[in-house]
Amino acid sequence: MTRGRLATPLLVAPALAFLAVVLFYPLARTVEQSFTDPTTGLENYRHLFASGVYVRVLLTTLLVSGLVTGICLLLGYPLAYTAATRGGGVRALVLAAVMIPFWTSLLVRTYAWQVILGREGPIASLLDAVGVAAPQLLYNRIGAVVGMVYVMLPFMVLSLYAVMRDVDPSLLRAARSLGAPAGRAFRHVYLPQTLPGVTGGVLLVFVISIGFYVTPALLGGRKEVFIAELIQMNVTETVQWGFASALGVVLLLVTLALLAAYDRLLGAESMFAAGRREGRA
Amino acid sequence: MPGRPDYLALRELTKTFAHRHGTHHAVDGVSLEVAEGEFVSLLGPSGSGKTTTLMMIAGFVAPSAGAIVVDDRSIADVPPHRRNIGVVFQSYALFPKMTVAANVGFPLRMRGVSRARVKEQVTRLLTLVGLEAYADRRPAQLSGGQQQRVALARALVFDPGLLLLDEPMSALDRKLREQLQLEVRRIQRTLNVTTLYVTHDQDEAMLLSDRVAIMDGGRVQQLGTPREVYTAPANRFVAQFLGETNVVPATVVAGDAGSPRATVAGGLVGFAARRATRAGERVELFVRPEQVTLAAAGERALAGRVAQALYLGDTTRYRVRLGDGTLVTAAVANRSDAPRFAAEQQVSLDWEAASARVLD
Ligand SMILES: Nc1ncnc2c1ncn2[C@@H]1O[C@H](COP(=O)(O)OP(=O)(O)OP(=O)(O)O)[C@@H](O)[C@H]1O
Ligand SMILES: [Mg+2]
Repeated sequence: MTRGRLATPLLVAPALAFLAVVLFYPLARTVEQSFTDPTTGLENYRHLFASGVYVRVLLTTLLVSGLVTGICLLLGYPLAYTAATRGGGVRALVLAAVMIPFWTSLLVRTYAWQVILGREGPIASLLDAVGVAAPQLLYNRIGAVVGMVYVMLPFMVLSLYAVMRDVDPSLLRAARSLGAPAGRAFRHVYLPQTLPGVTGGVLLVFVISIGFYVTPALLGGRKEVFIAELIQMNVTETVQWGFASALGVVLLLVTLALLAAYDRLLGAESMFAAGRREGRA
Repeated sequence: MPGRPDYLALRELTKTFAHRHGTHHAVDGVSLEVAEGEFVSLLGPSGSGKTTTLMMIAGFVAPSAGAIVVDDRSIADVPPHRRNIGVVFQSYALFPKMTVAANVGFPLRMRGVSRARVKEQVTRLLTLVGLEAYADRRPAQLSGGQQQRVALARALVFDPGLLLLDEPMSALDRKLREQLQLEVRRIQRTLNVTTLYVTHDQDEAMLLSDRVAIMDGGRVQQLGTPREVYTAPANRFVAQFLGETNVVPATVVAGDAGSPRATVAGGLVGFAARRATRAGERVELFVRPEQVTLAAAGERALAGRVAQALYLGDTTRYRVRLGDGTLVTAAVANRSDAPRFAAEQQVSLDWEAASARVLD
């Protein structure tokens, strides 16, 4: 007993020390800097909220991230479902299609989209060929969303797949045999079982999207500026560390607030329940 | 009142799976008729096609050939949710997020039954399986045996025309299994529901069933009452799969239809053949251990020496080596007046002609 009580803190100590050095200390420094650099007080925050630009960028970041998350869920659910319920060949194909881009450099993939969506790209040529005027696909919201969905889809699929893989396949069969048409069997039995995966995937994709930098910068152009870009600009170009810190702090607070709301809505458990198994004999 | 004898009819039912090296007949021309209210077990070793047969009837596996007829109607084109067949899965497949009552009420809700009636029926079924006190629990809060009974209640609550169970006891320990077997039998009798029960436990199949279909290699090897399949196995597979059996090499002396006889290790014994045999033909006789009569040396037709005597409480199993080296097992009930033999003792044995069979 005594040994156990002693062992636990000893075991987590290295992890805590690591977090303290790489997370808590820099975070505290960032918060401090946002109030002290260049002058002590709320000056950075006043500046941030006074100018509509920064608030707009923040809203764009949240909106595009939400859009990306929604599209990832719509595309990812059927993909994960197929991988989880089909036999070896189909499963391997779907998972490979999802995972291989995951192992490729982000920069390479983003430039590839520049080619695909560009004015001379295959999509534009195809639309041209059928006589439709190609819309602008690059350097706007469409470009940013397409590129980000592409990057984030594996996260969504893997979150869902991890949960779906553990759903007893005979549950759906049981529902069918008990008189539920396919659609209702899915809604009443399968969907509730996979909600932890949905919750986990949505959170993961949304939180990572908010911090995106490369993809919106390269595909979204000037119109779809993400807050991470502003932070970077303030650090490297205008060298306003204090203001960059304030932007970071606001982004962090907004994210935490959204998570709290989400948690309230779906219950504390569902947020981290992905992969937890329930009630199997 | 006995119902129609062919309430459920499988006609040449076949399922072929494509493999890397050609095709594999998981179910290979199964024909079977189950009477209304009858309890039939599919008994066979792993991979013999039991589950596949059941899943074709339930509508989850499409047959490659053959027909499934329920009450004179082919159900080939009926989707699973309209077949009105109750299924109990090996994993029970209870819906984890629903309470016991919601699980049992699910089939009724899917049929648009009124709330009050659902409640009433759920209570009726939960009472039948003895779980009325557990209505508000979640499946995870129940023991394996209780989960199994909930699954049974859920499969029966909508008065299905047919009840299918796929090894519903395999996850339970022996004691509980015996208790639940009797309960399943009682409930099936009470509701008089036509039942097809998959198991690879022969005691379970014998105990529960009106008739047993012994399956191997995707085929029904024999269909009959438990007594028929045990005492009159149709072939070697059935004889060796069910219980224990001695396989004794013999030479036919007189193959006449009335009372054929054969020599075994120098002694003369009777046997029963399902087919004609010729004098001089070498055959194998299948004899159950409990059919072997063991006596002091010289009293019976075959002489031997006790190689091993195993005391098992209700019986003693003697392994007797005959003159030609053949080992014959005799199971002797331990009545107080039963003769006892020790290892290495000289003994003699034989059997009733009708209990020794020549099989294909
Ligand atoms: N979906 C499938 N694809 C390919 N082969 C299959 C499939 N389902 C079953 N089989 C094969 O069909 C044969 C019969 O399987 P089935 O599950 O019906 O056996 P079973 O009698 O229920 O065995 P068990 O007692 O192990 O449950 C097996 O050889 C199995 O490998
Ligand atoms: Mg099986």
